[in-house]
Amino acid sequence: MKRVSRSRAGNVTVLLLLLFFGVFMFFPFFYAVLQAFKPMNEIFQYPPKFYIVHPTLENFMSISQLVDNLWVPFGRYVVNTLLVSVVGTALHVLLASMAAFPLAKYPFPGSRVFFEIVVLALMFNGSVTQIPQYVVMAGMGVIDSYLALLLPPLAGATGLFLMKQFMSSIPDAMLEAAQIDGAGRMCTWWRVVMPNVKAAWLTILIFAFQTYWNGAGSGYIYTESLKPLTTILNQIATAGVARAGTGAAVTVLLMLPPVMIFVFSQSRIVETMAHSGIK
Amino acid sequence: MSRSALKETKVGLWRQMKQHRADYLMVFPFAALFTVFTIIPILSSMVLSFTDFDMVQMPLFNGFSNYIRMFLNDDVFLVCLKNTMVFAFITGPISFACCFLFAWLINELSRGMRTVMTFVFYAPSISGSLFVIFSWVFSGDMYGLVNSVLMELGIIRDPIQWLSDANYILGVCILVQIWLSFGTGFLSFIAGLQGIDRQIYEAGAIDGIKSRLQELIYLTLPHMGPQLFFAAVMQIGASFSVGSVVTMLCGSPTTDYAADTIVTHIIDHGTTRFEMGYACAMAVVLFLMMVGTNQLVRRLIGKFAST
Repeated sequence: MKRVSRSRAGNVTVLLLLLFFGVFMFFPFFYAVLQAFKPMNEIFQYPPKFYIVHPTLENFMSISQLVDNLWVPFGRYVVNTLLVSVVGTALHVLLASMAAFPLAKYPFPGSRVFFEIVVLALMFNGSVTQIPQYVVMAGMGVIDSYLALLLPPLAGATGLFLMKQFMSSIPDAMLEAAQIDGAGRMCTWWRVVMPNVKAAWLTILIFAFQTYWNGAGSGYIYTESLKPLTTILNQIATAGVARAGTGAAVTVLLMLPPVMIFVFSQSRIVETMAHSGIK
Repeated sequence: MSRSALKETKVGLWRQMKQHRADYLMVFPFAALFTVFTIIPILSSMVLSFTDFDMVQMPLFNGFSNYIRMFLNDDVFLVCLKNTMVFAFITGPISFACCFLFAWLINELSRGMRTVMTFVFYAPSISGSLFVIFSWVFSGDMYGLVNSVLMELGIIRDPIQWLSDANYILGVCILVQIWLSFGTGFLSFIAGLQGIDRQIYEAGAIDGIKSRLQELIYLTLPHMGPQLFFAAVMQIGASFSVGSVVTMLCGSPTTDYAADTIVTHIIDHGTTRFEMGYACAMAVVLFLMMVGTNQLVRRLIGKFAST
């Protein structure tokens, strides 16, 4: 195969640029982990060091002490987040892929307009629509309940968009074969389409999980016992100087689930994103 | 169109819709939720923006007075508008360009390295509130990383209050925002670059493309139109909605409102003062700016890439 030759100078430049900015991108992670394992006297040391003399689990221990003394049992926050994330993620994947299939393969009157609105809505993420959404949800009477955490991300535009783009690449012949065998729309979707778009539903599953995990909608909750895990942990994380090390430990723990999930599904996600272009 | 033809298309439309009954049923649950939680909030904020509304009493029509107040009687809003513009039209394009640049550089790497570097650049955007670690890096005392390094080198004598001195707040927030901006748009670039047909590069090499820069401009970019547009949409969404980063790093409000944005101002008026009419009017201005930018960007990208 003939390709434009890569000059050595060019290759070195590429590597140096990536190395330099890669360090900038990675540094906060490194620093957070470092601080999380430092004892108090090393955190407040001048000048700060990039290694730990006496690594300690003290900071992680003190998280468990802190959460033992909460007014609402800590387990309650865990249950809240797990319940909402699991139910919400499952429903989102189902609803988005069910809607994406006809949009991708059987355009009907109104489908194009609907999809264009969805594309426009990719821009309007949670924080922009928060206040108008609050007004509408207050009108529905769902503020300060699980529904306030669960419902808004269910119809996230990104999930539907990625799913529809991915499904467009399914060969028509496969669908026709299913139809000839007498399968209805729902049956084709469930039996034929879904097994063939694993990469896509894994991707939107992970995106949805991240949204719920990071505490979307926690601004609509006032009752302490309904709040998600992130709210209480972020309170600890930003509690100030006296609990500086604990704060770092909490941010490290909170970051781990979404980042680890991404590591294990990176290739599937990139495969899905190959269809993400807006034509 | 004659009357009978019109009738015919109407009947045709109805028949078509009936044929697609199953499709409508499948789209309905999502569409209903989408309408309730995205479309209705946007539409109702347009209506409420012309009212005085505190969530307790019925909204009271007050004409354009929210909009007049915003631009003539609310100096803080103007500062927030300026900061939002900075995030949208300076930070946004820089982030967008960085996303593409680094995706392109990463694409030059071998497979294994590519996976690792993709992860390194993408990880910040999914790491939740890890960015609060920047409040240590830029901490105002001498234990703050930046301060201690600068003091060690003798560049400054006293620590700088990075997060509360109005001269620096915006700069720090911009830096953190860029750090956070390698999100789904970046992944779209990574995937798109890998997906380009190798044959066009072979053909290009035969046609006399000499350097990788020429390759980028004449071959790669024109094929990336759809991804460029997707990433632009995501970037517009991210940079107009900067808010929680500012609040979590520098507090709310920031010193002299140095880094407050329309979003933080909306949240201030909406959640603490319950001036919903006014908050909605600001949200409407924000929506219009986003949609306008979207149209502009769509045209710009269409100029040098096929979408």
